[in-house]
Amino acid sequence: MHAQGVWVFVEHLGGEVAPVTFELLGKGRELADDLETELAAVLLGDGVRDFAEQLFRYGADKVYLIDDSVLKDYRTYPYAKGIVKLAQKYTPEIILIGATTLGRDLAGVVATWLNTGLTADCTELSIDKTTRLLHQTRPAFGGNIMATILCKTARPQMATVRPRVFPLPEPKPRIGVVVEEELGILEEEVPTRIIKYEEEKGPGVYLDKAEIIVAGGRGLGSKKNFRLVEELAEVIGGVVGASRPAVEAGWIPYAHQVGQTGQTVRPKLYIACGISGAVQHLVGMQMSEVIVAINNDPSAPIFNIATYGIVGDVLEILPAITEEARRVLAGQRGVR
Amino acid sequence: MHAVVLLKQVPDTAEVRIDPKTNTLIREGVPSIINPYDAHALEEALRLKDKYGGKVTVVSMGPPQAAEALKKAISYGADRAILLTDRKFAGSDTLATSYVLAKAIEKIVSQEPVDLVFAGKQAIDGDTAQVGPGVAARLNMALITYIERVEEFNPDEGYVVAVRKIEGRKEYVRAKLPALLTALKGINEIRYATMPDMIRAARYQPEVWGKEQLDVEEAFLGLKGSPTQVWKSFVPQAKARAKVEMLTGSPEEVAKALVEKLVPLTLIANK
Amino acid sequence: MPEKFDVVVVGAGPSGLAAAYKLAEAGLKVIVIERGEFPGAKNVMGGIIYKKPTEAVFPEIFKEAPVERPIIEQRYYFLTDTAKIGFSYRNPRYKEDISGYSVFRAKFDRFLAKKVQEKGALLITETVVEDLIVKDGKVKGVVAGRKEGEVLADVVVLAEGAHSLLAQKYGYQKPIPPQNLAVAVKEVIGLPAAVIEDRFNIEPGEGVAIELFGKATAGMVGTAFIYTNQNSLSIGVGALMSDLIKRRIGPNDLIEAFKNHPAIKPLLRDGEVKEYLAHLIPEGGYKGIPKLYGDGIVIVGDAGMLVNSIHREGSNLAITSGALAAKAIIRAASQGDFSANTLKVYEDYLKESFVMKDLEKYKNAKDFLEQNHDLMTAYPDMMDEAFFELFMVDGVPKRDKFKAIKEKALSKRSFWQMVKDVYGLWKGLIR
Ligand SMILES: Cc1cc2nc3c(=O)[nH]c(=O)nc-3n(C[C@H](O)[C@H](O)[C@H](O)COP(=O)(O)OP(=O)(O)OC[C@H]3O[C@@H](n4cnc5c(N)ncnc54)[C@H](O)[C@@H]3O)c2cc1C
Ligand SMILES: Cc1cc2nc3c(=O)[nH]c(=O)nc-3n(C[C@H](O)[C@H](O)[C@H](O)COP(=O)(O)OP(=O)(O)OC[C@H]3O[C@@H](n4cnc5c(N)ncnc54)[C@H](O)[C@@H]3O)c2cc1C
Ligand SMILES: Nc1ncnc2c1ncn2[C@@H]1O[C@H](COP(=O)(O)O)[C@@H](O)[C@H]1O
Repeated sequence: MHAQGVWVFVEHLGGEVAPVTFELLGKGRELADDLETELAAVLLGDGVRDFAEQLFRYGADKVYLIDDSVLKDYRTYPYAKGIVKLAQKYTPEIILIGATTLGRDLAGVVATWLNTGLTADCTELSIDKTTRLLHQTRPAFGGNIMATILCKTARPQMATVRPRVFPLPEPKPRIGVVVEEELGILEEEVPTRIIKYEEEKGPGVYLDKAEIIVAGGRGLGSKKNFRLVEELAEVIGGVVGASRPAVEAGWIPYAHQVGQTGQTVRPKLYIACGISGAVQHLVGMQMSEVIVAINNDPSAPIFNIATYGIVGDVLEILPAITEEARRVLAGQRGVR
Repeated sequence: MHAVVLLKQVPDTAEVRIDPKTNTLIREGVPSIINPYDAHALEEALRLKDKYGGKVTVVSMGPPQAAEALKKAISYGADRAILLTDRKFAGSDTLATSYVLAKAIEKIVSQEPVDLVFAGKQAIDGDTAQVGPGVAARLNMALITYIERVEEFNPDEGYVVAVRKIEGRKEYVRAKLPALLTALKGINEIRYATMPDMIRAARYQPEVWGKEQLDVEEAFLGLKGSPTQVWKSFVPQAKARAKVEMLTGSPEEVAKALVEKLVPLTLIANK
Repeated sequence: MPEKFDVVVVGAGPSGLAAAYKLAEAGLKVIVIERGEFPGAKNVMGGIIYKKPTEAVFPEIFKEAPVERPIIEQRYYFLTDTAKIGFSYRNPRYKEDISGYSVFRAKFDRFLAKKVQEKGALLITETVVEDLIVKDGKVKGVVAGRKEGEVLADVVVLAEGAHSLLAQKYGYQKPIPPQNLAVAVKEVIGLPAAVIEDRFNIEPGEGVAIELFGKATAGMVGTAFIYTNQNSLSIGVGALMSDLIKRRIGPNDLIEAFKNHPAIKPLLRDGEVKEYLAHLIPEGGYKGIPKLYGDGIVIVGDAGMLVNSIHREGSNLAITSGALAAKAIIRAASQGDFSANTLKVYEDYLKESFVMKDLEKYKNAKDFLEQNHDLMTAYPDMMDEAFFELFMVDGVPKRDKFKAIKEKALSKRSFWQMVKDVYGLWKGLIR
């Protein structure tokens, strides 16, 4: 049978669909249009039927649904079995899965059972219209090179994609079809059981969800100076980011690292302070809407991608901006 | 307890080069190390051996030089090492790799029972994190990815409990034996080999298994058995933007100019 | 109970590997302990390996050994602050009858180590030997920096290189004074093979070695070298530690000054620095050689000051001394007696070989050069001025030119001083 359709796996936790799903639906829509085929969301869970409507609004033509109490917690075995069952029956051409911990756990098993290729952690996807092949681009060897991977011989073509790599599409009122299937697996057959959770304590860092990020690099010079970054972030309601050297120097924990080996971010505003703009940093933040760069070296590569650039000593400029923002924001509040 | 640890020799990613003709990795001259995730997986397995007794077998697929990584694993305290090497294995993607590794584990199991298989979360050369789940899928083993530690090992009742770390939380997962666990980095402190173990490792020669020693079909091996192929590779480049607007003046002046630009864009949140 | 070997070799440089190779070949139970990640790891860069002395110990090795280029031309340059005076000898016969190859030690030492392992010696890397086990004045083994680190042996071969911490600790070597140690800084500069062949006037598969004297070093007296590899140049500068300390010059400044010398810069143009390393060379010479044997111990290679700094030879002396030490140990083993008295033949073997003969020949050279510190700069400067005059075609009669040159020279250095210099040179270097 001829493989057809682009599928997006729906990741959800605690009754909410993960944003990466919508990002993938946005990209999946483009791919499906290029292929002149349909876009489907693959929804597995327990009591998740209601998500379907949302999935249509973000671009899905169809939702494949398996709703079963065995699927209450995410576990590899029943989820992978469910997807494999659907894929064997409806033969999609492409399956996209978020490159989250959950998605990467799932994708490797599904691809193996489907005996097909899988490309991890893609940062770019496109269709070659003449061959109908999915061009899957991803970093390799620690980010030293980018590779474009093709899967010519097997179907479906499978890829996982990092969150925030693709923009969140605008939801539109749309309707679609729900196709429901049975899971057909008993709880006793599942080899794993989650016996308890522990929510990770401490203030989480939601870098990938932040609208404003103030990031500091080696140019700050010391842990003490790094406070200047935190102060501006506090005043303008942003989250603190950092380049790798700042993390390695112990000025701030790893969770704040932006870049190839850290988080990929896509805020509305990214203020880079004392960051040179090495490509491994840029790939993690270049999709930001507005980029402000502060650096005392006018030839720093960060200025090549910045919207606004300021050449000068970050230790003088940061406090001035913080002060000015504080003043202006207080004024706004006063007026309202 | 018998644990098999899947261990890959990887180039130090700080020093890689790519062959422009074949788009494959040039290994020559690049220092090789045990994939750091796998080293922690090995340590976790050795800790179980320390606690429950038993045996640790390390398995690696790779070129003949990968024997070095296996010998190193022996110096840490692994008991047996198997090198899977054959020209026919070359060019494997994760699907073909998991095929050979799974076949090797089947053979080991036919010689002596295996309770646990450990792998690293991912190998730092490919960063795919697919081989561990792939091997589990092929062997129909329970899978627990991203483990931080093994909490409980109960061979009598046939289960293991491991703590896995995922976004925002930790899960305590109980899995039927045999199970495959993939380990995170930095979860334990890797031991420093003793001198007698160093000497034992220097003498040790890993067993070498090729295509002939395994019950494999050629169509699933190496390049032939790999559906994914690198079509091209290139050096990452940042996207250049429209020309940057430079703000100049004293710190106070640039601060004023910048905030003036940002506020109307409603970029600065009014807390 | 620690394991006992016949011989423990400390250090997997050329000297230690040569000893281990011969010992293992003779069927002795040998273990080599190296602190680096692999043999040669700490010696990342290029140098010249001499074919014949190496093959005398490792037969036929150059059939497979990883080498860069055979050296067919040897150049000597004397540098002043800005000028270069050169001499070179080139003969394609060296391609048939090879004297030396440029090599990368990281590759070459590793290859040698593999040969040694194939002979049955064990190699342990990433392990530092921290101490010797000594009982009643007799060396009984070593203590490695690992848990249960004791390893016993009838004989310990100290092949630890120029640092020679253990040899010093046990009084074989006095702490080496800074005037007996040179600091060498090396770089590997990447260039395409075709550019190298063009710039150095050689065919593919040919190499050049350049030794430089005079002011190659931030205006200080020192020596330097440039060797052609396949796709790179190995360059280095060395100066006596005592001079560096006195002048407060760091190793980095040393090599930067060299690279920016007007005669050197064009040779390196567009090259990319690939590796950088600083290393010590023992320059004690014959008079600095310590006692090379004791009860249950022999000292080989750089650790024993067996370096011919005048000819920049080291690896060949290291390999030969290692093999001769092995010969002495094998003889001792046949007698079952590893006392100093038995191992003493090692020194006799050395004396019969080129190692001690060469070192003895130059025994006064170092003192002479040290006492006549300015020799290496005064003459090049003089020659510089002379040649500048001579080659300047300006209508001045040649006779007047020679006269002016002679007067200028004599104003810098008296006639008697020059006679003394020549005598000293003859006595110290040539005789
Ligand atoms: C495989 C790999 C993966 C990597 N992954 C990441 C990653 O995920 N994230 C990441 O960030 N990096 C990563 N890196 C590191 C990356 O290559 C760069 O080294 C790093 O991003 C540089 O950080 P930086 O800009 O803070 O420091 P530098 O490059 O040292 O830049 C500091 C800048 O501050 C400026 N400066 C100094 N003082 C002042 C002052 N007083 N006022 C103003 N400006 C000043 C300097 O001009 C300079 O431009 C990776 C590297 C490799 C090889
Ligand atoms: C810049 C430079 C250029 C040179 N060029 C040439 C040349 O062109 N041709 C030439 O023939 N010679 C050259 N030499 C000299 C030559 O490198 C040495 O003479 C030779 O390497 C000596 O060999 P070795 O085995 O005695 O010592 P090394 O090569 O120094 O080896 C000693 C080894 O012992 C290890 N070690 C030391 N202490 C311990 C310990 N406690 N425990 C475990 N391991 C230990 C070290 O890591 C090292 O690997 C050059 C030297 C320098 C510095
Ligand atoms: N060639 C191999 N030999 C042995 N184990 C491997 C090999 N490739 C991958 N693995 C294991 O699979 C894990 C994940 O690898 P990857 O999917 O390549 O990121 C590694 O951490 C290893 O434990």
